[in-house]
Amino acid sequence: MRLRRELQRKGKGLTDAMSSVLENLVNQPYRHGFVTDIESDKAPKGLSEDTIRFISAKKSEPEWLLEFRLKAYRHWLTMQEPTWPNVKYPKVDFQDIIYYSAPKPKKLASMDEVDPELLRTFEKLGVPMNERAKLAGVAVDVIFDSVSVATTYKQKLAEVGIIFCSISEAVHNHPDLVRKHLGTVVPTGDNYYAALNSAVFTDGSFCYIPKGVKCPMELSTYFRINTESSGQFERTLIVAEEGASVSYLEGCTAPKFDSNQLHAAVVELVALDDAEIKYSTVQNWYAGDENGRGGIYNFVTKRGLCKGRNSKISWTQVETGSAITWKYPSCVLLGDNSIGEFYSVALTNHHQQADTGTKMVHIGRNTRSRIISKGISAGQSNNSYRGLVKIGPRADNARNYSQCDSMLIGSKSGANTFPYIQVQNSGATVEHEATTSRIGEEQMFYFASRGIGAEEAVSMIINGFCRDVFQQLPMEFAVEATKLLGLKLEGSVG
Amino acid sequence: MKRADAKVLLEVRGLRVQVGGVEIVKGLDFTVRAGEVHAVMGPNGSGKSTFAKAIVGHPLYQVTGGTVAFESRNLLEMTPEARARAGLFLGFQYPVEIPGVSNSSFLRLAYNTVQAARGSDELDPLEFDDLARETMKALDMDPALLDRSVNDGFSGGEKKRNEILQLALLAPRLAILDETDSGLDIDALRVVANGVSRLITPDNAVVLVTHYQRMLNYIVPDYVHVMGGGRIVKTGGKALAEELEARGYDWVRAA
Repeated sequence: MRLRRELQRKGKGLTDAMSSVLENLVNQPYRHGFVTDIESDKAPKGLSEDTIRFISAKKSEPEWLLEFRLKAYRHWLTMQEPTWPNVKYPKVDFQDIIYYSAPKPKKLASMDEVDPELLRTFEKLGVPMNERAKLAGVAVDVIFDSVSVATTYKQKLAEVGIIFCSISEAVHNHPDLVRKHLGTVVPTGDNYYAALNSAVFTDGSFCYIPKGVKCPMELSTYFRINTESSGQFERTLIVAEEGASVSYLEGCTAPKFDSNQLHAAVVELVALDDAEIKYSTVQNWYAGDENGRGGIYNFVTKRGLCKGRNSKISWTQVETGSAITWKYPSCVLLGDNSIGEFYSVALTNHHQQADTGTKMVHIGRNTRSRIISKGISAGQSNNSYRGLVKIGPRADNARNYSQCDSMLIGSKSGANTFPYIQVQNSGATVEHEATTSRIGEEQMFYFASRGIGAEEAVSMIINGFCRDVFQQLPMEFAVEATKLLGLKLEGSVG
Repeated sequence: MKRADAKVLLEVRGLRVQVGGVEIVKGLDFTVRAGEVHAVMGPNGSGKSTFAKAIVGHPLYQVTGGTVAFESRNLLEMTPEARARAGLFLGFQYPVEIPGVSNSSFLRLAYNTVQAARGSDELDPLEFDDLARETMKALDMDPALLDRSVNDGFSGGEKKRNEILQLALLAPRLAILDETDSGLDIDALRVVANGVSRLITPDNAVVLVTHYQRMLNYIVPDYVHVMGGGRIVKTGGKALAEELEARGYDWVRAA
């Protein structure tokens, strides 16, 4: 008996020792921390109707859009910041934020005219834009701070009738399309951050796939926050008409700063009859230092509307950055036989906090949804899955399958699962599975006893754990995601 | 196959090992030469498994005294992975499950790591698959186990065979098999034991750590050691194992 107790005590000591090894592995400094020196055209700090009129005027927007913004702002003033997420942070001072910041306007005919400083920035990020775009056949709509500076492959896409441009451009060139769909999936008063975004959004992407067109290439946008203390409020709208399909990639990194940066994006997807939208994200924004100072606040509203019959919307995300992540890419399954999917890997380290998950709202008949969530917590981080599955009264034969797996690295990290299930139709089938595992010292020793070092072992375990999600990513993104997790796990062992 | 002039693989002198501050192995001397098969026997708690784990460098098992040389290198200064790359192998009594990591990728990474350390060729996934399937056939293993997660949901017998599969693939200089016979039915025991027997060459050596002598019906040891109180208390030949089986460990303790 005494021996067993001793063993347990010693076992705990070992866990701590192992934890420190594992902690070193995951404690990689952020490599994308630098500020690019490009002159910007900034709005004064603070938020008011004047700020909104300034933004709208700067962008020469039509009257209806200014009204859209002001309506959202007035609604926002009546709302409270949500307190239900399982995250803690100092109150955001919305008057201490610069709501508009744009590089000096230039007319760009080709990639050669892009500011070389900007190109170097992408170089440092490991995004060799020209080559990557050509080699991978990817059209990149580059967002730098708040304004698009270059769009490639636009002509090629235009040949099949696809519109892929910044949302500001779309407002000018395709006002009817934007006006028809903007705010139909995420209404201006949907939630606190969505209302804020609707009032002050500066740029983002617009993508329109006409009837029957399968987009011939992956569409990709690299977002980047550059001006210190400038909140960035992107607005993305993707519309797939009947029988259309598109795969959209979003990748993010941000420079290293001490002061927190608020990020409140809104993404709206609309899929009509037989249309399919696949939206993939790899997110690696600055997460703060190892003591929890600095980092991005990522409060995002992403929602897809399966408006038509047999439509399908699929979200895949790999979340590794941000100090705080508050994000629930959701699907509203309105059309009969429509399908919603959510595949997620969320990795948190140090003092990062993530409260992320999805909402699957079944309204139409025979609607199906699938949720695969993988949370990895290291250091002193806290990782929560929060998901809603709602089956409405008309949703006969609706089916949902949810699987939420958590992995803990070390002994100071936390993982939570908050599933919400609301069923109003007795013909529905809802399944939920959840597991929690820990990278244990016995597993690490098993690898070691076969000659495999700790770094490779952790990487193999994590990649195995995330495989179901990585398989959903487009090829080149899967490689990037694997590299990104490897980067986070690379370290000083050996 | 004992030859007094064969090369010494493992030389243990005065080894002391603590677990959680309690001394379990108390001054153990042990020599293994190339081509030899040793059986280390003894009752529960005599220190057999502790000895095995300490040799391969499990961090829970703290060496507090003595020396261990492996092919003339100071083993105690090497990390567990370096020991494995140098040609040491432990067949686990309770192989750990690693959900999510495919057995074939794990085996291939282990194989290629050890091959690279030896300066030998590494194999790509297709070549390795051929090698693994061929090796599994000899061990009467279901090739479907390659596609499953490492040991995940394996039966007790499948786990033990998976250990022997690793032994066959990694081809170590010295293999320590910790209670490989436990939990195996008689047919599985024969297959596993024959698998081990076929791997024995004049250049390598095997140490069988076992409670019972039944495995020794298939793998004939050159030496049988009996442990008691953290030391080797008696050494003999195959006959010693049979005598133990007949008379029990109390007989050695009393002697």
